[in-house]
Amino acid sequence: MGRAKLPRKSTNIDMTAMCDVAFLLLSFFILTTKFKPSEAIAVTTPKSVSSKVAPQKDYVQVIMDKDGKVFLEIENESKKEAIATALNSSHNLGLDVNAFKKAQFLGAPFSSLASFLKIPDDQRKGNNLPGIPVKDTANNELVEWMRVIKDSYSGEKAPALLLKGDNLAKYPAFKAIIDAFKKNDLLKFQMVTNPEGAPVGTDLWKKGQAGEKQED
Amino acid sequence: MAEMDTSSGGGHKKGPGVKKGKKLSTRVDLTPMVDLGFLLITFFIFTTTMSQATAMRLFLPKDADKPEDQNKAKESGVITILLGKDNHVFYYEGTLANDGSNFKSSNFHDIRQVLIDKKARTPEKDLVVVIKPSVECTYKNVVDMLDEMAINVLKRYALVDIAESEAQLVKISDQSAPAAGQN
Repeated sequence: MGRAKLPRKSTNIDMTAMCDVAFLLLSFFILTTKFKPSEAIAVTTPKSVSSKVAPQKDYVQVIMDKDGKVFLEIENESKKEAIATALNSSHNLGLDVNAFKKAQFLGAPFSSLASFLKIPDDQRKGNNLPGIPVKDTANNELVEWMRVIKDSYSGEKAPALLLKGDNLAKYPAFKAIIDAFKKNDLLKFQMVTNPEGAPVGTDLWKKGQAGEKQED
Repeated sequence: MAEMDTSSGGGHKKGPGVKKGKKLSTRVDLTPMVDLGFLLITFFIFTTTMSQATAMRLFLPKDADKPEDQNKAKESGVITILLGKDNHVFYYEGTLANDGSNFKSSNFHDIRQVLIDKKARTPEKDLVVVIKPSVECTYKNVVDMLDEMAINVLKRYALVDIAESEAQLVKISDQSAPAAGQN
């Protein structure tokens, strides 16, 4: 009996092609990763189980840092122009409209807003800035800001109103911001948080397991 | 793994007294490099989608000037949560007794069980949670408490200003209770 002799073939595969594809994919992902713009104001937001994504466009964001200082960020550039001109005419501030448009955020009382815009971009960091005064209930400048913003959007779809607060900010600053919203009849707003999963065993977790969508 | 093929160089003869007479082959196995390449790719695939911040909605009720417009809550279904300094949490059910006998203290971890118990005992249409942050509590405390509302699926809740008497009670209790750790 002769045994069947299977011809043995070489099992060396040339891996060059797979290596090329791997590096091509890698380069693609490296180049398409967009880094978040380094923020001038460092804020650590709290975690929440909310799963709704924060809007990336057409929003007005109020930032509250750990010392309770308040800053405003308006995403829509054309609206910023309208707001700057409105402020110039109503308060006679003499603002540079272009600098206002380019500023990533605003954080100074009305009286020093013009000089705030004159500070060069890289020096405009959160630590040395005064922020918008809100603590004094008689002089809550955020009320005026929200009024001007709301007027500039009159007739159009209202922008998403976001509040990004730091974990360590104390309640009075938060309350002052909410009061500013209430006085302008802005009753719906969203708080920016870090995502976290629903804790196991709670009602929300059970809802998630049952496949119900998280309503809000 | 990388191998060194030494068989092909056996035929050379350099001369007397030479230690290395064999020519070594330069074949390198590329498997580990491809492994690293794919590892890096998967890293970038996962990190590009994970950095979106989420948003938590909050609807504020209109400030009612007339007391009769304010929502009336049944006393048996109300639980009031007070947020104090240093992550302290206090609560009471119904209205605050004059001697403060139903004023209890808790922390962020245990309050969930308290809320679950209250939810189990109360019919859904009567259950209201009133959150009163004090002047000393932090933004994180408030957001965590609002988060507890979402976690326990409590639909009716309100964020209200603290009354003077309650603020005093919280201040005294803050000083006597030890600083609680965060959840």
